[in-house]
Amino acid sequence: MPSLIDLRRRIRAVKSTQQITKAMKMIAASRLKRAQDRVVAARPFAQRMLRVLNSLVRRVEGDAHPLLRAPEAGSGRTLLIVITADRGLCGSFNANVIKAAGQFAARETSEGRAIALGLIGRKGRDFFRRRGFDVRYEQVGIFQRLSFAHAAEIANGAIDAFTSGEVSSVYLVYNEFKSVMSQKLVVERLLPIARLDEESSRGPTTDYLYEPSPGEIFTELLPRHVQAQVYRALLESNAAFYAAQMTAMDAASRNSAEMIENLTLYMNKVRQAAITREIIEVVSGAAAT
Amino acid sequence: MALPTRLLLEVVTPDRAVVREEVDEVQLPGAEGYLGVLPGHAPLLATLTVGELWYRIGQQRQYLAIAGGFVEVLPERVTVLAQTAERAQEIDVARAEAARTRAEERLRQASSDTDFARARTALAKASMRLQVATRARSRV
Repeated sequence: MPSLIDLRRRIRAVKSTQQITKAMKMIAASRLKRAQDRVVAARPFAQRMLRVLNSLVRRVEGDAHPLLRAPEAGSGRTLLIVITADRGLCGSFNANVIKAAGQFAARETSEGRAIALGLIGRKGRDFFRRRGFDVRYEQVGIFQRLSFAHAAEIANGAIDAFTSGEVSSVYLVYNEFKSVMSQKLVVERLLPIARLDEESSRGPTTDYLYEPSPGEIFTELLPRHVQAQVYRALLESNAAFYAAQMTAMDAASRNSAEMIENLTLYMNKVRQAAITREIIEVVSGAAAT
Repeated sequence: MALPTRLLLEVVTPDRAVVREEVDEVQLPGAEGYLGVLPGHAPLLATLTVGELWYRIGQQRQYLAIAGGFVEVLPERVTVLAQTAERAQEIDVARAEAARTRAEERLRQASSDTDFARARTALAKASMRLQVATRARSRV
């Protein structure tokens, strides 16, 4: 049976852990608020962009731009951009992305396509770098000061690799922020840009004047669209990370509360047993005399 | 159909929506020259360059410094998708001045590895911010 002192020490240790997890939960909650606001703030841009793109795409030939051109089936190399977080203590957030990326890579390989990785976030980098993958680039520590410039850099790297024919398609895998309690794992194709669905492109057509020509505007617009998509993925992932961390830390705080309760109960039993034993000793000592 | 009398102006950047207002007139820095837009303008899609955007509500003019992007003009609305956009009041003059000095310095000490296009864009952006900021102050 552990001694009273040991038990007290353990309770104290659990309590200080609980304080830390509680504090981390608060921090995650406040950061989550900010991250969520940024996701919302970025939405109008992406929506307007899509609208303009939709109205343009109907006027331009399907293969007019290299970023729209589909590669020949079953050939070439696939670039997978894996977005994880820089830090842990967030439940299965990083593990889910890594697992999905691993499955994606295995599937591509089994279909005869080589795979290259672009790693965003420390956790994913640490995992894949040691496993002999073809890593094209890595970005660590961008989430603390996330800006559009980061997204532009990542997107431009992908566009360069795609237009030079080095890779035949580019995919993103990341956690999308659904709610505080749940994240949705998303694997989506970044390049070639998917043909915009018929539904949204059917609406009333407007005949625009163009300045400069539609082709030139298109050439400007498409890379921007790709950048905006990467930016959105980064923001979503960032918000999802804080949500996951908050949930994980909340669960940890609750678990430690439960643990403290059990330990306290046990400690009281031990103390009671010790007292009883002492009384018996005194009583039997008195009876002996 | 009667022509609309006002325009809904929206200026959005990747980070935020900067302006969403009913206005009477807008002037935009198009890639091929400044564009003035009044309600009822023909639909237009244009690229934008580094420059000054202003809009008018009644007699009140508001100035913005914007850099790059697109504009979609419809008879009753104008949507600006800019890389960056700042209201005149928001511009950090000290920072813009520092940026201008840096860019000028880079252009002056030109060597073979100077990225001229970038330095020139930086200079243009900084000068534009300063110009727009001055406008805001002179109207007080």
